[in-house]
Amino acid sequence: MYKILKKEKIGPNLNKFVIEAPLVPRNYQPGQFVILKVNEVGERIPITIAEADKDKGTITVFVQEVGKTTYKLGELKAGDSISDVVGPLGHPAKIDKVGTVVTIGGGVGTAIVYPETKAFKEAGNYVISIIGFRNKEHVILEEEMRKYSDELYVLTDDGSYGKKGFTTDELQELESAGRKMDLVIAIGPAIMMKKISEMTKGYNVKTIVSLNSTMMDATGMCGGCRVEVDGETKFACVDGPEFDGHKVNFDLLIKRLSTYEKQEKEALDRYKDCKIGK
Amino acid sequence: MSDKKREAPREPMPKQKVEERVKNFYEVALGYTEEQAKKEAARCIECPKPLCVRGCPVDINIPEFIRLVVEGKYTEAASKIKEDDILPRMTGRVCPQEDQCEAQCVLGLKGNPIAIGRLERFVSDYEAVNSKGQIPALQAKKNKKVAVVGSGPAGLTVAADCARMGYEVKIFEALHKPGGVLAYGIPEFRLPKEIVESEVETLEKMGVELECNVIIGKTITVKQLFEEGYAAIFLGVGAGLPRFLGVKGENLLGIYSANEFLTRVNLMKAYKFPEYDTPISIGKKVAVVGGGNVAMDSARSAVRLGAEEVHIVYRRSRQEMPARNEEIENAEEEGVIFDLLVNPLEFIGDENGWVKSIKMIKMELGEPDDSGRRRPVTVLGSEFAYDVDTVVIAIGQKANPILLDATPEIKRNKWGYIDADSESGKTSMKGVFAGGDIVTGEATVINAMGAGRKAARAIDRYLKTGKW
Repeated sequence: MYKILKKEKIGPNLNKFVIEAPLVPRNYQPGQFVILKVNEVGERIPITIAEADKDKGTITVFVQEVGKTTYKLGELKAGDSISDVVGPLGHPAKIDKVGTVVTIGGGVGTAIVYPETKAFKEAGNYVISIIGFRNKEHVILEEEMRKYSDELYVLTDDGSYGKKGFTTDELQELESAGRKMDLVIAIGPAIMMKKISEMTKGYNVKTIVSLNSTMMDATGMCGGCRVEVDGETKFACVDGPEFDGHKVNFDLLIKRLSTYEKQEKEALDRYKDCKIGK
Repeated sequence: MSDKKREAPREPMPKQKVEERVKNFYEVALGYTEEQAKKEAARCIECPKPLCVRGCPVDINIPEFIRLVVEGKYTEAASKIKEDDILPRMTGRVCPQEDQCEAQCVLGLKGNPIAIGRLERFVSDYEAVNSKGQIPALQAKKNKKVAVVGSGPAGLTVAADCARMGYEVKIFEALHKPGGVLAYGIPEFRLPKEIVESEVETLEKMGVELECNVIIGKTITVKQLFEEGYAAIFLGVGAGLPRFLGVKGENLLGIYSANEFLTRVNLMKAYKFPEYDTPISIGKKVAVVGGGNVAMDSARSAVRLGAEEVHIVYRRSRQEMPARNEEIENAEEEGVIFDLLVNPLEFIGDENGWVKSIKMIKMELGEPDDSGRRRPVTVLGSEFAYDVDTVVIAIGQKANPILLDATPEIKRNKWGYIDADSESGKTSMKGVFAGGDIVTGEATVINAMGAGRKAARAIDRYLKTGKW
C-alpha cells in the first residue's frame, strides 16, 4: 500500500497528492510518469510525476477528476492509502541548453510542464512560459512557474484571470513580435498540443509534446497506448511519452482516447448514483 | 494383460458442458476423479526404458509417479513430481504433453498414450487440497542474496530452487500481481488464478520475498541491485512486446494486441466490469488473427465476453497451427469459426475511427520455410472482406526493451533477445543470468521452467566458486 501523506484540493475537480512511494524518486527524471491503481478492483492509470523527493521517498502528482478512478482518488484523504504505484516510467525529457525555450501548459498539463520548466531554467535557458486555464478557479502553479520562468503569461478562456484567450493566442503574439524561440514544449489537452504543433511547424520551431494515451501496464507489454509518429506506430509508454509534435498523428490520438468513452461514462454515472444512494 | 493395456482407451477428461462454459470463466477441464486417475495410471505398461521422461523438458520421473498413483499414494506422487517441477498444478494444465512426454509414450503407437498431464494435474491438485501448507525441505542458509526479475514460470522456478539451496531470494515483479504470463496471459478457464496465488504463497512460506510494482531498469537498475548486495541476478522478464501485422488501419479503435485483450480480461478482470474498473470493448463479431494458444485463449475469451460470432483468422492450414490440439478442439466446440489460409491485408474504419471490416486475401501452401512448415503464399486476385467490430492480433511477441535498453552490458542476439548460454543462462554481464522467453522468444511455460532450473544450478555453482 502507498500512503497519501498530503492531499490538497487546488481547483474545481483538481487535487494535488503527495504519496509515499519510496522506490520511485530514486531514478526519477522530469518527464516521467507513474501508474496508479486505487484499490483491488481499480484500473491502472498513468499520471505524470510533478515532483519527486528522494530524501522523503515521496512523489507529488496532480490529478484531475474526469472518470471513476480519478473521482475515487479525489475522495481519499491524507492518511488513506492506494494499492499500487509503479514507476518512474517512460523516457525522461531531454533537457539541454538550447537558448530560448517556450514551455506551454494547458490546464492540468501545467503540472507536467512545471518540472520541465524548472529543469530547462536550471540548465541555463531563457524560459518563456505560457499557461492557460478555463477560468480563474482552475489556475494552478502560477507562483511555482513564475519562479522558474523569465517571462510568464497566464491566460484564461473567459478572461476571469490573467489575459483572456488561449495558449495559442499568446504563442502567436510572441511570434508576431518576432521573439526568438529555439524550442517549444507543449503539454496539455491533445487538441491544444495539436494546434500548437501546427503553428510551430509554420514557424519552423522544434516542438516536443507529451502524449497522454490510454495505458494499462505501461511497460510496453500491451500496446494499448500506440500512437503514430512520422507514419510509424510507437508505444507512448516505452517510446515516449514525449515525441516531436510535428510528427504526431493527433487525430488518431484524439480518436483512440475516446475508445472507452461509453464505458467510462457508465462507470462514472453508476459510481455517482451509488454515492447519492448512500 | 499387457496387450489389453495397450488397447485400452485413454480415460477422458471430464469437462464443463459447452452450453454452460461459454457463459462463464470457470475452468473448463474439471480434472480426474480418484477412480479415473487410478484407472488411467493402471494402463501404464512400465517400460524398462521409459521414453516419456526423455520427452519432458525438466526430466520428471514419470513412471515412478504413475506407479505411486496406481498404489493410491497421491501425495507421494506429487512430491515425486515436485523434485523436478515445482509448479505441477500449472504444468499439468498448460504443458503441451502431446508434443512432449505423451508423444514419446509407447502406448501412443496405438493412439492412446498415457494421459500423463491429467495424472500430474490430479496428484498435484490432490496434494494441494489434502496437505496444504507443506513446503519442501530447505538447505542451511547460505547468507547470499539472489534477485529474481519477473515472477513468471522461469522466475518462480529459479526462486524456488535457490530458496531450497539456502539462498536469500527476492523476486521483483513489474505488475501489481505475481505470475507473469500465468497471471495476465493464460485465462482463468484454463488456469485458475487461485492456483497461481497458492503456488506463490508456497514460495513465500519458503522464505522467498516478493515485491510487486518494481520495474528493473526503471525503478531500480541492474547495477543498483548489485550495489544493494545481490550476488546474482536472474532475468526472467518474458518477451513482453506485442507484434503487430504492420498493415494499414491497425491502430483503429477496437483493434487489440492479444496481450492487451487478455490482460484486460485476466489480470484486470474486465469481464467483471463495472464491478472491476477496467473496461473492454467487445463487439458482436470478433476476429482473432493468429493460430497459437494465445489466439485460442483470445477467441474463447471473446466467446465468454458475449460476442455473437468469433473467427480465428490464420494464414496457414489447421495442420500448421501452433496451438495445442486440445485448445483448438475446445474452441471449435465453443463455436469459434476457423478461417484458414487467409491473411489480413488492411483494416477499414468507420467515420469515428472504429474498425469496421477486414480486407483479406486467400493463401495457399507452398514450399516449407525455415520452421519446416509450408510457407503460405497469396492467391492472386482472391481478395475479400468481411465486417467486424473487434479484432485481436495474436501473432507473437518481440523482446521488451525496458530492461535491456537500461543495461547495455547485457548482449542481445540478432532477434533482440538476451544472448545467454543455453546450459547455464549466463549472460555477458558478470553475475547476471537469464532464461525463459526473453532468451528464446515466445515458448512454453515448461521450457521457461526448464531454463530456470538450469540457471538455478548455475547460480549455485557461481556463488559457491566465484568463477564466472
